[in-house]
Amino acid sequence: MSDQTIISAKNLSLTFETNDGPVHALQDINLDIHKGEFVSFIGPSGCGKTTFLRVMADLEKPTGGNITVNGVSPEEARKSRAYGYVFQAAGLYPWRTIGGNIKLPLEIMGYSKADQAERVERVLKLVELDGFAKKFPWQLSGGMQQRASIARALAFDADILLMDEPFGALDEIVRDHLNEQLLELWAKTHKTIGFVTHSIPEAVYLSTRIVVMSPRPGRIADVIESTLPSERPLSIRDSAEFIEIANRVRDGLREGHNA
Amino acid sequence: MRSLAPVFTVVTAIFVLWYLAAVALNSTWAYDKAKRADVTLTFSQMVADTLAQDKPLLPAPHQVAKEIWKTTVLKKVTSKRSLIWHGWITLSATLLGFAMGTGLGTLLAVGIVHSRAMDMSVMPWVITSQTIPILAVAPMIIVVLNAVGISGLLPKAVISMYLSFFPVVVGMVKGLRSPDMMQMDQMRTWNTSPATVFWKLRLPSSMPFLFTSLKIAVAASLVGAIVGEMPTGAVAGLGARLLAGSYYGQTIQIWSALICAAALAASLVAIVGVVQKVTLKRMGMAA
Repeated sequence: MSDQTIISAKNLSLTFETNDGPVHALQDINLDIHKGEFVSFIGPSGCGKTTFLRVMADLEKPTGGNITVNGVSPEEARKSRAYGYVFQAAGLYPWRTIGGNIKLPLEIMGYSKADQAERVERVLKLVELDGFAKKFPWQLSGGMQQRASIARALAFDADILLMDEPFGALDEIVRDHLNEQLLELWAKTHKTIGFVTHSIPEAVYLSTRIVVMSPRPGRIADVIESTLPSERPLSIRDSAEFIEIANRVRDGLREGHNA
Repeated sequence: MRSLAPVFTVVTAIFVLWYLAAVALNSTWAYDKAKRADVTLTFSQMVADTLAQDKPLLPAPHQVAKEIWKTTVLKKVTSKRSLIWHGWITLSATLLGFAMGTGLGTLLAVGIVHSRAMDMSVMPWVITSQTIPILAVAPMIIVVLNAVGISGLLPKAVISMYLSFFPVVVGMVKGLRSPDMMQMDQMRTWNTSPATVFWKLRLPSSMPFLFTSLKIAVAASLVGAIVGEMPTGAVAGLGARLLAGSYYGQTIQIWSALICAAALAASLVAIVGVVQKVTLKRMGMAA
């Protein structure tokens, strides 16, 4: 892990003008994310965690402050295809095979046919879906579909992976399994990951840093450095250290809520 | 197989009602004839007469069936009395108009979806176009196109197009807009050009909407072609048969042309339905 700053937000704010008056989705956000970090954003709904991720991805424009991604504006970063974005739903096209779905961004970005095939093979192996390239999305379970959508985000050379509650719609058991896989994948690929969740155990299990956010106005309540080792079996969730971090996250959430 | 019984019941009911109506409507003429010939008809004689008149008010089904048999199977297809020949004339205009209408409708929909100005300006006119009775517009189209030297197939196809582009515009605008926010955001994260979004996302997503529209459009096309054949002086086509039949009081001819037109429309809709089923199944979007 190096100290190179990948995402840097300074006094970042975003206010939505609505019919009921302005909504302060983000206010005075200051945060640096370094290369190779796994940063989770956790908080109740309306705390701006998804909005923050969308600002990084240039899907929303901030109304105040500054943010850079890879040293440039989010728009330039998006145009240079600096990140892969995983949404809550897999969003695979039913008329394309799994392989075809993973090829989609590669086709759009103009990769050669041979390169496309090679990359599809590689990322499918990475998410343990080898052999499924010719299957159609409806032939896969929800968890497998979400893995395919992660593979799609990994297929092109983006060093940043932004994930917006990617496992939110999946059941607990599948979720545990995917969390484990995601950590392995992160270790193999050294990507910088921004991960939005509202599950405390998920945030603590995955992250090197946990950003606790609170609503109205959306702001950062606490930033917790994880002291957990990088090798994390699922059973680590029963360790005293894990529970302590989880309690800190819970306290942060509660304080934010009462404020 | 389970749907066979209800269908059969309805068809039987229609035939029964049809025969009853034929007897009731044609009886006046049967009694008139008898009165002039100074004979009294028994009930069964009256019924027999109502079902075998030359120019009945309402022909009985078997008379229509006989006429259709006579003018399809027993006539050479090149004969001007062949319903197949007339049917083909109408069908060719229908298909050309359907193709033109689908093309025009799709083009307009693409414009409406991609340009706010077109969305605001074109859509009201598209809707207005359908509030004008086609019977009023058709003769003008025929006359105007004839004045500039276009006659024959094309004017009829234009009228077909006029009727068939509408469901395609409405369906395709909805279809091309059917990708949700997330899918559009995803395309944005890949910095995708609008043209690529169209080909890779919007167009495939619109297929279920397109086919639903095409079913309506193809039936409307046939109506357009038939209407287009009426002001031309009733030379050829199913519309001409209808008109000629009404000129000369040939009700059996009218009804046989009508039944053929209905059968043609049903077949066209069924063909679109089959293509829809196969395509959507292959695209993994079967309903």
